[in-house]
Amino acid sequence: MIETYLRQSALDHLGLAGHSTAAPTEAGVQLSEKPLPVAVNLRGDSGDAAFVEAVREALGLALPTLPNTATTGEGLALLWLGPDEWLAMQHDAAAFAEAQLATKLRKALDGLHAAVTEMGESLCCLSLAGAQARAVLAKGCPLDLHPRAFGGSGHCAQSLLAKAAVTLLQVSDAPAFELYVRRSFADYLWRWLEDAAREYGVAVVRP
Amino acid sequence: MAGRMRLPQGGFVAHDELLTFTFNGKTYKGLAGDTLASALLANGIHMVGRSFKYHRPRGIVSAGGEEPNALMQVGDDPRSEPNLKATQVELVDGLKAKSQNAWPSLEFDVGALNGLASRFLPAGFYYKTFMWPASAWMTYEHFIRRAAGLGVSPRQRDPDRYDKTFAHCDVLVVGGGPAGLAAALSAGRAGARVILAEQDHLLGGALLNTQGEVIDGQPARDWIAAAEAELAALPEVRVLKRTICYAAFDHNFFGLVESVTDHLPRPPENLPRKRLWKLRTKQVVYCAGAIERPLVFADNDRPGVMTASAVQSYVNRYALRPGRRAVVFTNNDSGYGAALDMKAAGIEVAAVVDARQVPAGPLTERATALGLRILGGFAIVAVEGARRVKRVRVAELSLDGKTVTGVPEAIDCDLVASSGGWNPTVHLFCQAKGKLRWDDEHACFLPDAAMQTGQQSAGAANGRFGLGSCLREGTEAGAAAAAACGFAPSDTAASQAEDRDFLPGRWIWLVPGEHPLGHKAKHFVDQQNDVTAADLKLALREGYRSIEHVKRYTTTGMATDQGKMGNVNAIGIVADEVGGHLPEVGVTTFRPPYTPVTFGVFAGRDVDNLLDPVRRTPMHAWHERNGALFEDVGQWRRAWYYPQHGEDMHAAVNREVKAVRDSLGILDATTLGKIDIQGPDAAEFLNRVYTNAWLKLGIGRCRYGLMLKEDGMVMDDGVTTRLGEKHYLMTTTTGNAAAVLGHLEDYLQTEWPDLQVYLTSVTEQFATMTLSGPSARRLLADVSDADLSPEALPHMAYTAAKVAGVPARIFRISFTGELSYEINVPASFGMAVWQTLTTAGERYGITPYGTEAMHVLRAEKGYIIVGQETDGSVTPHDLGMDWAVSKTKDFVGRRSLSREDMARPDRKQLVGLLTKDPKEVLPEGAQLVEKVLPQPPMPMLGHVTSSYHSPNCGRSIAMALVKGGLARKGETLFAPLGDGRTIACVVADTCVFFDPEGERLK
Repeated sequence: MIETYLRQSALDHLGLAGHSTAAPTEAGVQLSEKPLPVAVNLRGDSGDAAFVEAVREALGLALPTLPNTATTGEGLALLWLGPDEWLAMQHDAAAFAEAQLATKLRKALDGLHAAVTEMGESLCCLSLAGAQARAVLAKGCPLDLHPRAFGGSGHCAQSLLAKAAVTLLQVSDAPAFELYVRRSFADYLWRWLEDAAREYGVAVVRP
Repeated sequence: MAGRMRLPQGGFVAHDELLTFTFNGKTYKGLAGDTLASALLANGIHMVGRSFKYHRPRGIVSAGGEEPNALMQVGDDPRSEPNLKATQVELVDGLKAKSQNAWPSLEFDVGALNGLASRFLPAGFYYKTFMWPASAWMTYEHFIRRAAGLGVSPRQRDPDRYDKTFAHCDVLVVGGGPAGLAAALSAGRAGARVILAEQDHLLGGALLNTQGEVIDGQPARDWIAAAEAELAALPEVRVLKRTICYAAFDHNFFGLVESVTDHLPRPPENLPRKRLWKLRTKQVVYCAGAIERPLVFADNDRPGVMTASAVQSYVNRYALRPGRRAVVFTNNDSGYGAALDMKAAGIEVAAVVDARQVPAGPLTERATALGLRILGGFAIVAVEGARRVKRVRVAELSLDGKTVTGVPEAIDCDLVASSGGWNPTVHLFCQAKGKLRWDDEHACFLPDAAMQTGQQSAGAANGRFGLGSCLREGTEAGAAAAAACGFAPSDTAASQAEDRDFLPGRWIWLVPGEHPLGHKAKHFVDQQNDVTAADLKLALREGYRSIEHVKRYTTTGMATDQGKMGNVNAIGIVADEVGGHLPEVGVTTFRPPYTPVTFGVFAGRDVDNLLDPVRRTPMHAWHERNGALFEDVGQWRRAWYYPQHGEDMHAAVNREVKAVRDSLGILDATTLGKIDIQGPDAAEFLNRVYTNAWLKLGIGRCRYGLMLKEDGMVMDDGVTTRLGEKHYLMTTTTGNAAAVLGHLEDYLQTEWPDLQVYLTSVTEQFATMTLSGPSARRLLADVSDADLSPEALPHMAYTAAKVAGVPARIFRISFTGELSYEINVPASFGMAVWQTLTTAGERYGITPYGTEAMHVLRAEKGYIIVGQETDGSVTPHDLGMDWAVSKTKDFVGRRSLSREDMARPDRKQLVGLLTKDPKEVLPEGAQLVEKVLPQPPMPMLGHVTSSYHSPNCGRSIAMALVKGGLARKGETLFAPLGDGRTIACVVADTCVFFDPEGERLK
């Protein structure tokens, strides 16, 4: 059995742990990688009561049907991505938790037309928090993230940040955001964020 | 004191904060709060440049963005920037400025000879003279450019950083004068998200240039400060100073440029120099004020001739005397403001020359009461003084204003303040396609109907020239804009102030001189382009009627100021000449940018290593550590080859290619597109999008497929595997992954919504590594629990197993013609598994190979690469791949394949090519001919698509698309090259150069 510590996150090569701080910081922006997220993509028909119920049973979460919202609970978030597409997210999970989560969903959805696809390995999760977090995102994301427009914590969207496609989830009204980006773009996006946040002061923090 | 013309106190400058700057190499002092223009004037300098065409001495005319003359080259390379208006450059300590249109020096200018030759430089001169012969234009242009001298671009790269940001608000207020402040206050108080953009570093607009204005019983200065403080305290209001709104696009999208650090002598390292705001708003209120028109009179371009409002600005805001003895020339009441303020500042006002027979108006009355000399019904008919006004001559105007009567009187002066009325700043409103209407009373174009929703104008920009009206209209517009966004208007009443207009006026577009127009004196309409009233009349005589044509022929209203001062005068002169009315002549099109925008802000941070994303595979760091050179494939950066011990590319690729055939190679194939396909109709779906049959593919089996576009041309290819009952995994080429997914979703959503299929891109979920070579099975057996026997896992089969302890998908598929396994593991384990394989593979001499070796290996086998052997005009038949096209089912592109043209025998078809000299390697892209002619053109048959030296074949090999190629086997063709060589080659029997029986795959 290969040791799970051999897993590498998308930003492993940057050695972030070596220059991140755990101390509170005055910087306008706090940046970190939340390594190795668990993510399962879910496709199905939200008009089908059996599908909605099966998802609720498997995850213990209501399926969000309001566009760009997420439901959360017990370390799990379920993001609305489209009329028939959702993403189940989890952090700090064991190495093969993703397969387990997917299996649970597949079992629950057996016999329905639905698709369950493991996605976490393909993603890098970046956390962006601090007073200027919105200002940094505005430099590359055309969405209006003002609370009146975006809705604050528990809202999500798929958009562009600079030249990378991201799924963006607001996790706190502080504000704090999680950005899910395909792992091949992670190095680019990290450098872009550091550069864009420079004028506000940026601290690399422990996730 | 900062300059001999400086007043001891007053204004909005810091009299105790001295700054040093240089102009044309000489050192001067200015004050914090100065512009470069005000600092120069405070030092008695009016003449700052030479004109564009005639190289006439020119002075500062305005105090704002409308300035046509005072263009400066500011700073040293690499931070040197041309074409900055001295009237807009904030003075900083150590600033260096140069006149840019003078050679060799401002005082002695060679180009001034053009002035003597001006009779030979009429409008349209360049069109008439330099357009023939056409081939010589490049030569002419070289000299014209140098003589024209619109500054010099820096030669080194720009060391500064630029920022771009999106922004959103409910109400955008353009302009921070009285109307803008009132609008922002009322919208902000109602709770709307407001952005107020002000190009200046001070709020207040025209209020900064006047004295004695009172708002709500307090000095205007105090009212501005209170408004600014209140705006700062409103949480949803943002005031952007030093921010010019340069463009209004569709649907209330605006472009703004904020100058972040130019005013700082030592900018902090972490700040961008400028920031581009890409702003989307629901409502906009244009409060951009108005720009004063100069009068068009003889030699009105002499240094020392300024607009009256500019004189007021320099006296009141910048606390300086732009001259010692002034003449005011006006046709309306507002010119008297300059006269009164100058007198108060100790400037002698020699006379107010008023074109109106009966001067009237509130300021006129004050001037009369003060006993100023007023010459009603008079005009300036001549201006003397080359480098500075020395004297004017004034004479009485005829009743129709077209001629002068009597003997002119000479008046000595060093300053002329002229006012010809006011033009509302309607530029952004018009960029947004708003319509204008002509106001006869004020003689100006006003905003009429907006073409887009949520657009209002307020204040002077809307023709409300009185301060009280500005405040009232701004307040109302701000409240209306907020209400349109759903914010209940606050009950705050508008601030109160006196409501003084500049009427009455006598609107004379062209002031007659002592001589017929065009003789001995010039009446400048557009000073930046040296366009005179005579030029406009010439254009009309030559038959131009449309104002757009007159503009282009004479160049009036072009260049960096876009005719902000001269355009309406030009329209008036044209209207007079053709006997029409101004609105019938109309205006030229307003286009962005309102003022020039530096390129840096459009680049933003998309430069250097952020220019484009570099996509990295999970094993990227290993490739770097092992000396790989990389090539870009789309945004991916793939290992190209791994040179060892000083190998060149040829040696490294040869070694890698041989190692694969001899024993074992490993390739990072993560970048191949992967699409997860699930659903009961997945097989049917594949059957429709691929050319071959898919309904009977067994679970655990793989199949190669060709995908066509609707036009029957090859779009992509790849191997798709049936993972489960209703579950498939499609692979695509690296560069096409996104396009293929889009193509598939398009069909699924729009053509076949009845099919129950879900598609999900899983390209990056897996790290993919290919083991290829005779030893592949042995290595994999060492590290995997899979049954790898040919019976259990034959060619084109799949199994799930563990590799290096990690759950993996193993596909026995080959792009090299060797025994190959494509192994997919979770991406996070990619590096660990790769390292395990490369270490465990040492006993088999495992060799990492890059994309170049992969290309050679597949070419040895005649495997195509979509995008290299195809270019969107190649059918499966052209590729000799009929075997992959079903004759019995429908698929995307099938009907196009049955077109007559598709069966033409002379279509370009893919063939193998062997050079006669096996050592010679054809260049890819080389054109092929049947017969070499002494020189091009010669009939071309096609081109080489792939060509390599093949170490396994011991010779060069190539593929080519050749007209009727399939019928040309054995023929000799020639590739004449650009360097004079010609390579002879023979069309081979097949594209498969190595192991044609496919023995090694078994």
